[in-house]
Amino acid sequence: MAKKGWDEFEIGAMLRTFDGKIDNIAATQQEDRAYSQNSSYTASVADWRLIKPVFNKDYCIDCQFCWIYCPDVSIISRDKKLVGVDMDHCKGCGICVEVCPTNPKSLLMFPEQADEESVIANWPKKDEEEA
Amino acid sequence: MSEMKNIKNLKEFSTSADRFEGANLLCPGCAHSIIVREVLNATNDDLVLSASTGCLEVCTAVYPYTSWDASWIHIGFENGSTAVAGAETMYKALKKKGRLKQPERTPKFVSFAGDGASYDIGFQWISGCMERGHNIMHIVLDNEVYANTGGQRSSSTPIGSSATTSPEGKKSYGEKINKKDMMTIMAAHGIPYAAQVSPNKWKDMVKKIQHGFAVEGPVFINAVSPCTTEWKFDPKDTMHIADLATDSLVFPLYEIINGQELNITYRPKNVVPVEEYLAAQGRFKHLFKDEYKYLIKEWQDRVDEKWAYLQRREEARV
Ligand SMILES: Cc1ncc(C[n+]2csc(CCOP(=O)(O)OP(=O)(O)O)c2C)c(N)n1
Ligand code: SF4
Ligand code: SF4
Ligand code: SF4
Ligand SMILES: [Mg+2]
Repeated sequence: MAKKGWDEFEIGAMLRTFDGKIDNIAATQQEDRAYSQNSSYTASVADWRLIKPVFNKDYCIDCQFCWIYCPDVSIISRDKKLVGVDMDHCKGCGICVEVCPTNPKSLLMFPEQADEESVIANWPKKDEEEA
Repeated sequence: MSEMKNIKNLKEFSTSADRFEGANLLCPGCAHSIIVREVLNATNDDLVLSASTGCLEVCTAVYPYTSWDASWIHIGFENGSTAVAGAETMYKALKKKGRLKQPERTPKFVSFAGDGASYDIGFQWISGCMERGHNIMHIVLDNEVYANTGGQRSSSTPIGSSATTSPEGKKSYGEKINKKDMMTIMAAHGIPYAAQVSPNKWKDMVKKIQHGFAVEGPVFINAVSPCTTEWKFDPKDTMHIADLATDSLVFPLYEIINGQELNITYRPKNVVPVEEYLAAQGRFKHLFKDEYKYLIKEWQDRVDEKWAYLQRREEARV
């Protein structure tokens, strides 16, 4: 092995998050980024979930509490509007539902296998909500 | 100097493009990543980040994946702060020599570390960074335990908490030593800014992080990070626990400027009894047995005393 100078060291591992050149990542939303295969964005934790959040836009006031408190960057908001839940990255913790202030809530947890259309069709009404 | 990001309200904040990614391996409901998101989204500037060994580091850099969309380095348990301080020093040197390709883009240098990595193992390294005056921010993700290795006590673990190395049982009520006061210790270095933050109070957090980014010199941030696994509560309740932490004044939100001026930044309208905070977490369950109930009263007294002390300091401007 070649002798190393004092300022040379063995790099453990170096991963590049993006393919190619990225100029201003803070101004580029996920859908416009060229993630490399080393970014966990390209992975999924969907199989961690036993329950999943379902979003019902009918009651949503776009307060963005769910966006700020989601630990897993899984509440997708664009232009100050809630677009939906990123089901590849959501771990089903349920925080978004807890912090949602509307009545009835605009997000509720359901079993992973529940059919989204039918749960939205049968969404609880205001008076069915617990105080 | 770069421009400060204008964040007037949560709607505006939600237009941020996150530089932290999901499909990391943190537990569902982990507060570490909520804190990280609030911090990174507080600026649009480039970022140079480090993480000391611990849940955040281990779960966001599992080969072949990284969950970071910024320059990020991990070396060891103890030296996340010095890694970033080294990068900052290099940056300054290159700038002076005119060797930066984009000298107008000044990155923010941030080191994330657990309480184990900060209060114990990396303590002298952080102290060195503060003393030498690097332009960095060190953020403690304070879950009051060595979570990543299964819940051993650290010097941040509070009295009465059951940790694997200070378990409750027939002869013990758990941890017996009071939590180390890192805020005061760090402020005593005379650093321009030290602040305690909590993820539920996102606005207070953003304001403090932005202030920390704006000042020249080392900044210390202690962030309470409710840990669903070690504090033993349901993952959906992370923000509820954070609310109890700030509103019971167990984690008062305050800042210390230039090691001197202390400002309380949040005064709860309704102060919650400490008992409620303790009752919501499995790690304190045994305190509700008859023989240990006196400890709950002692807890409340300690919190009241600390709050009175902070108020006295705020008033006296010392
Ligand atoms: C020098 C050294 N000692 C011990 C360890 C083992 N270790 C890895 S993570 C960890 C616990 C980290 O606790 P903390 O800093 O509080 O972070 P948390 O996981 O709680 O977020 C320990 C003891 C190590 N990696 N290096
Ligand atoms: S369940 Fe948890 S991870 Fe999923 S979107 Fe809601 S807050 Fe995010
Ligand atoms: S918390 Fe509820 S109301 Fe607010 S943006 Fe999310 S879904 Fe909509
Ligand atoms: S053990 Fe605690 S700190 Fe670690 S990932 Fe799980 S919830 Fe987060
Ligand atoms: Mg810890």
